[in-house]
Amino acid sequence: MKIYRTHILIAEDSKSILEGANEVKKALVNEIYKKGLQDEISVIPTGSLGFENIGVAMAVYPEGIVYAPVKVEDIPEIVEEHLLKGRIVKRLVKSWEKEEVTVGITRPEYIKGSQYRAVLRNVGMINPESIEEYIANEGYVALEKVLSVKPEDVVNQIKMSELKGRGGAGFPTGLKWEFTAKVKNPEKYIICNADEGEPGTFKDREIMEGDPHTLLEGMVIAGYAVGSRKAYIYIRGEYTLSIDRLEKAINDAKNYGLLGENILGTNFSFDVEIKKGAGAYICGEETALLDSIEGKRGEPRKKPPYPPTSGLWNKPTVINNVETLANIPLIIIKGAEWFKSIGVPGTYGTKLFSLMGDINWKGVIEVPFGTPLSKIVMDIAGGVAGNRKLKAVVLGGVSGSLIVPDEIDTPIDFNSLVRIEAGPGSGSIVVLDDTRCIVDIAKNITYFFKHESCGKCTTCRVGTEAMYKIVDKICRGGGTEKDLDILEKLSKDMQLTSFCGLGQAAPNIIIQSIKKFRDEWLAHIREKKCPTNICKMDWEEEQYEEIG
Amino acid sequence: MKQKSLIDDLHDIQEEEEKNYLPRNKMIKTAKTTRISEAKVYGVSTFYTMFSVYPRGKHIIRVCRNLSCHLSDAEKIAEKLKEILNVDFGETTKDGEFTLEESSCLGMCSVSPAMTIDDEPFGNLVPENISEILRKIKEGSKK
Repeated sequence: MKIYRTHILIAEDSKSILEGANEVKKALVNEIYKKGLQDEISVIPTGSLGFENIGVAMAVYPEGIVYAPVKVEDIPEIVEEHLLKGRIVKRLVKSWEKEEVTVGITRPEYIKGSQYRAVLRNVGMINPESIEEYIANEGYVALEKVLSVKPEDVVNQIKMSELKGRGGAGFPTGLKWEFTAKVKNPEKYIICNADEGEPGTFKDREIMEGDPHTLLEGMVIAGYAVGSRKAYIYIRGEYTLSIDRLEKAINDAKNYGLLGENILGTNFSFDVEIKKGAGAYICGEETALLDSIEGKRGEPRKKPPYPPTSGLWNKPTVINNVETLANIPLIIIKGAEWFKSIGVPGTYGTKLFSLMGDINWKGVIEVPFGTPLSKIVMDIAGGVAGNRKLKAVVLGGVSGSLIVPDEIDTPIDFNSLVRIEAGPGSGSIVVLDDTRCIVDIAKNITYFFKHESCGKCTTCRVGTEAMYKIVDKICRGGGTEKDLDILEKLSKDMQLTSFCGLGQAAPNIIIQSIKKFRDEWLAHIREKKCPTNICKMDWEEEQYEEIG
Repeated sequence: MKQKSLIDDLHDIQEEEEKNYLPRNKMIKTAKTTRISEAKVYGVSTFYTMFSVYPRGKHIIRVCRNLSCHLSDAEKIAEKLKEILNVDFGETTKDGEFTLEESSCLGMCSVSPAMTIDDEPFGNLVPENISEILRKIKEGSKK
């Protein structure tokens, strides 16, 4: 193996590629060859460096300097000055409040506020397409450890860690595994739910693009623990880069004997297959997902029976979210006690959040559970963009909840959030500043649900359509106060009687916005006026039709 | 030992078609070989947004209009696309190059507004760049 004096990591997640990461890398490699440095400097593609929306970012080791945004024109200067002469190109160094940003051991300190990168420890540090680099960073150590103990012990360890599912519902993972492990059936399945479709959510993508082997390792361990031989990753058809990287990871792991027949020389065999979705939000619901893998329309099933006892092809099936499975190898290596030292009682460990909306820093972060929402928004995300005032935070995606400034100091963990009728949900944080209109947001959300309702149950199929019509009418100045009452009644009916989570959660934000921003709704109705001047008041009476 | 599902079959058929759709005769053939009823095959084909039972353009443009993109003025991007291509959502341009579709969240919120053309993602869109992007895609397909 060659030894290089300098390593350069270039972020090559889908967002960086779109900003020209491939072109920059090509220019860099060419320039290095031109100067004859190819035996001294290695260029490595990696996952997101943790900064987004800043153009192409690259890190130079061992100095740990981050350059961003880097353009093709900047490459000759970086090579000449930094790589050849050892002088840092100050002009291109990414800085944050005059602090130079570097990566490496001290990296969490430099990303403002305190992140705790456990699940994301490898993302932006290793080449996601190299299984060797993953192995060199304690990769597949957990798998080896697991294979030397009994499956029950693995289930117990996960139970002891009190890891809760990261997909939104927060069901204890260890219990789920135990249900399936206890069923006597030679055919069992592990499914990774990678159908990340909740608007405003992109954290699973970060794992799959930046460290696919962590996910695979978690899946193999799950398979060993519950006695399964076969797993599926159900992934959105739109996530092409994630699909490519996972496929490569699966093949590499097979070549190393870490997947396939007789893993690491034991008599445990396990296979992972990727199933591409075809564009349907409902397939994130676990039983709809099962039907979709079976090749049917993705419509939710009646529960019980629950998937751990009767899932894919009516066989016992464990369905876990990407982030949940990515937590597994660390818990095995460092132990349940270590895991419980992070977070707060009731909700241990870390959580990934995708930060979006009217903030200064967008991207995916990882923080311990119990971190106040205000710290994430005001500190880590750099506060509301343009020094505007915070209006609200949409937490957990469009089926999540609406948090107002008074509630923003709430710690993010299951127990604290329940008190304000919220939950961490999918881990999406969308910040709204005071120029946003709440009715306009509500209209966007109802439109989404109208589009994505699968049509199986009447409440949701008809309800989402009716909701959109009413909100649209109010938004355009044609609403009455009676409409608001109908909306509230309809919301309650949908929450109580919809067949699955989609219809039950669809009214969440609408109903909360009416409660928390009633004046704004009333301004649209009584004064036919949008206080933030976003909604066009173009309702004409002939369009009116009785709704409800 | 890969087990192919009906959805996998339909993906394969659609990828082979230049017009990016599921022709009626092929759906019927699939129904016969898989012993799934024609109605069910049609049901699946029309359930998922990535499938189409009508001929589409060479390139599929999927524009996200969900919350994150909406906050970054996705509506203007959609309007611009409609104007340049002279089509509405779900329609194909006269020259058969592009079909414009609206998509649910593409998971590219941090670079919103975003769209994909075929498999290629485009983010941080501004209305002024749209025609340039379309021109490049069109040129690329001629090679």
